[in-house]
Amino acid sequence: MSDKSINLTLKIWRQKNANEIGHFETHPVKDISTDMSFLEMFDLLNLHIIKAGGVPIAFDSDCREGICGMCSMTINGNPHGPDRETATCQLHMRRFSDGDTIVVEPFRAKAFPVLKDLCTDRSSLDRMIAAGGFVSVNTGSAQDGNALPVPKQDSDLAMDAAACIGCGACVAACKNASAMLFVSAKVSHLGLLPQGAVEKERRVLNMVAQMDKEKFGSCTNTGACEAACPKAIKMENIARMNRGFFSASLTRR
Amino acid sequence: MLKLDSKIPGGPLEQKWETHKFQMKLVNPANKRKYSVIVVGTGLAGASASASLAELGYEVKTFTIHDSPRRAHSIAAQGGINAAKNYTNDGDSVYRLFYDTIKGGDFRAREANVYRLAEVSNSIIDQCVAQGVPFARDYGGLLDNRSFGGSQVSRTFYARGQTGQQLLIGAYQAMMRQVGLGTIKLFNRREMLDLVTVDGAARGIITRNLVTGAIESHVADAVILATGGYGNVFFLSTNAKACNGTAVWKAYKKGAGFGNPCFTQIHPTCIPVSGHYQSKLTLMSESLRNDGRVWVPKKVGETRPPAEIPEEDRDYYLERVYPSFGNLAPRDVSSRQAKFACDAGRGVGQSKMAVYLDFKDAIKRLGKAKIEERYGNLFQMYEKITDENPYEVPMRIFPAVHYTMGGLWVDYNLMSTVPGLHVLGEANFSDHGANRLGASALMQGLADGYFVIPYTIGDYLVGNKLPKIDASHEAFRAAEAEAKARTQKLLSIKGSQTVDEMHMKLGKLMWDHVGMSRNEAGLKKALIEIPKLRDQFWQDIRIPGEGMELNQELEKAGRVADFLELGELMAHDALHRTESCGGHFREESQTEDNEAKRDDENFAYAGVWEYKGQGKAPELNKEQLVFERIHLATRSYK
Ligand SMILES: Cc1cc2nc3c(=O)[nH]c(=O)nc-3n(C[C@H](O)[C@H](O)[C@H](O)COP(=O)(O)OP(=O)(O)OC[C@H]3O[C@@H](n4cnc5c(N)ncnc54)[C@H](O)[C@@H]3O)c2cc1C
Ligand code: SF4
Ligand code: FES
Repeated sequence: MSDKSINLTLKIWRQKNANEIGHFETHPVKDISTDMSFLEMFDLLNLHIIKAGGVPIAFDSDCREGICGMCSMTINGNPHGPDRETATCQLHMRRFSDGDTIVVEPFRAKAFPVLKDLCTDRSSLDRMIAAGGFVSVNTGSAQDGNALPVPKQDSDLAMDAAACIGCGACVAACKNASAMLFVSAKVSHLGLLPQGAVEKERRVLNMVAQMDKEKFGSCTNTGACEAACPKAIKMENIARMNRGFFSASLTRR
Repeated sequence: MLKLDSKIPGGPLEQKWETHKFQMKLVNPANKRKYSVIVVGTGLAGASASASLAELGYEVKTFTIHDSPRRAHSIAAQGGINAAKNYTNDGDSVYRLFYDTIKGGDFRAREANVYRLAEVSNSIIDQCVAQGVPFARDYGGLLDNRSFGGSQVSRTFYARGQTGQQLLIGAYQAMMRQVGLGTIKLFNRREMLDLVTVDGAARGIITRNLVTGAIESHVADAVILATGGYGNVFFLSTNAKACNGTAVWKAYKKGAGFGNPCFTQIHPTCIPVSGHYQSKLTLMSESLRNDGRVWVPKKVGETRPPAEIPEEDRDYYLERVYPSFGNLAPRDVSSRQAKFACDAGRGVGQSKMAVYLDFKDAIKRLGKAKIEERYGNLFQMYEKITDENPYEVPMRIFPAVHYTMGGLWVDYNLMSTVPGLHVLGEANFSDHGANRLGASALMQGLADGYFVIPYTIGDYLVGNKLPKIDASHEAFRAAEAEAKARTQKLLSIKGSQTVDEMHMKLGKLMWDHVGMSRNEAGLKKALIEIPKLRDQFWQDIRIPGEGMELNQELEKAGRVADFLELGELMAHDALHRTESCGGHFREESQTEDNEAKRDDENFAYAGVWEYKGQGKAPELNKEQLVFERIHLATRSYK
């Protein structure tokens, strides 16, 4: 453990609610221990704001260990900050230097309206899952778990894709605000397994249709999504999905 | 007095559930859509229940605090889920899983419920595989297993270090499928603030829309709480920040008995506390104890770095004290031993409040690649937090609050003492007794939601003629008015302390006096200090902003206000139970070698507390535990 203290200047997006226009607000913060997490620094800042009679900065977080997908800050232009494969809540202050200025904004995308300050509404991601991101199997109708062997490699690849935490950083990182990485991760996760392959064509068509409805942009393969993703979801999922979409569109009835 | 009828079906243990399923009344398929059910919570328990009930045809309304149902705290479970498949051919069976769970719980759970849990465990795995949960597999394409604490067979199914995430995504997707079909109405960013009863039966809830601040009423024929555990009463715990006790606490105040509130689990392998502003503790999955060895230096005040401490100066205390279970001794036992080592001055790290978990031998035996495959994400998480590389230096770990076995009392049908109010998952008190075995919470949450409640709720709905009501009913009007008044009251105090400051103070009180080790003097002190802190809260709390907007301080304040009451009930329960059992260690009741000493003669019951009104002492009711099949034995892992 390093345990130093640093002083920083934060420029933070403030917006009272979805209807009002936002602005940046500057907050100097002092004596930040480098062992603190980025969100703990926000806790501390909020403590000072409240003590001084102000209104604290609203931001989302829950598990604080990189798995729930709730935290969502764009830090110096990078969704989830500068580190690869790291969610905002896992970012530590040892990553910053004394005297740095840090700009913090919400995840920005048309499909993620700002609710307040750094909180956004990402339920568009849920609606895409509702459109097709599942296996149609009712409770009680399953056969024995080992009845159908699944090659380890397929299962491992499915797991790689299933590791997506639904945070939306890929969307926020994309200049077109495309949700292709998120959707393709789901299409791959389920399509790679025999249990999910049965309805893979319907799935991809329905999820893509919903994606368009939610006003996500189109994918131009810039790769910004992969760089921002805290779970190392790969662009190859997009390629896999495009193939699947193409063949599903041709055979659609 | 509460009426505690456990409704355990007659007949031999192995046939109780079958018989009961046959005897319960059915709702005919066409009539199911005439019944509406509210489900609060979308963790494993709530999501699986919502999906299964909607598939059956009920009209389901599901609520979650989070922006998306997939963010429920179940997502963070790492290690795995148990089932009695015996795929490994190492002698497992439904009976053995049942026995291990009852014994692991130190004989403080209900036999019939635990047997049913073991019985449906296999269907859970099948269901999850069918949903596309990518469990770990071997090269033959079949499912792989690992071992967990408190068991000598390999029965834990896992998906890397993200089992909870994958199981929850499975349940969430099943649920979202129903949302898409219109059979579930989903209410996200809604917090339940109260339970509404009409003629004594649960008929709905009051919620706050966390975005607009609006207080709303929701009516149904039955209510299911699947709102998780209340470990955050300690402020620092492995639970996510939003985990809370509000829903169960409000239900308690409306007449639901609270079972064994003092039974909390302290998990042995967490990353130690490092600073004052630390906001939560991070668990390192117990599965690590499959390959990691726990040790402390033999010498008090050892200063050498771990690599320079030779084998003969190390005390692998779990292997020494519990030769047959070794590093896989159950959680309560392992946590206490870590505490003893640190109390004796043999702790490690800067704070001396930690022990080593060392992978050196496993890496030598299996190679780094194998360890990485098994625990890669956990090692990475550890390094991010501590800035130390666990492949090279041993992890430092210390026990932390992790799980609450206590919760609302439920009968065999998972119904509380309030008719129509059902409680699933960690929120109920049912299956884990005084200590939960690893990989059993995920099993229980999914058992409750997929395979128990879909059967038992029908029996309740058909068996009770409920009057037709809507939100204009006076009970809803009154509850809404009360919720609004409380919000106003909180906002009007405008004191000087923040919610987190108050919460930290409560957490410290709880950890010091109602934590890993408890005694009469400490508990009595807690019973004086907690009410004092509560008074301070209601006089000096500062909540900025307004009620009719997104206001996170207000959300937290409501939860902490409830924790300040719940903490007191935990202390009452811990004080009354003068025996030690499972996670509840009373210093007055221990054997010569510091093991927990149970008192079956006087305490073989579930302690169920009843709310008696503001400012009045709660009343203790007892559900005597009857063991038909197993003999109460001293729990030994030696
Ligand atoms: C770090 C960690 C690791 C774990 N690992 C394992 C493991 O490997 N194996 C295992 O078996 N168990 C494990 N557990 C335990 C297990 O994860 C939990 O006990 C289990 O997931 C609880 O599920 P649940 O559905 O009961 O509640 P939760 O998943 O906690 O869900 C609660 C839900 O209720 C909602 N809610 C709560 N209050 C309200 C309210 N007032 N109004 C509206 N909604 C509300 C929340 O939004 C959420 O949706 C672990 C626990 C932790 C903390
Ligand atoms: S693909 Fe990556 S960035 Fe996108 S939602 Fe999933 S985890 Fe987040
Ligand atoms: S808070 Fe859960 S992923 Fe960051």
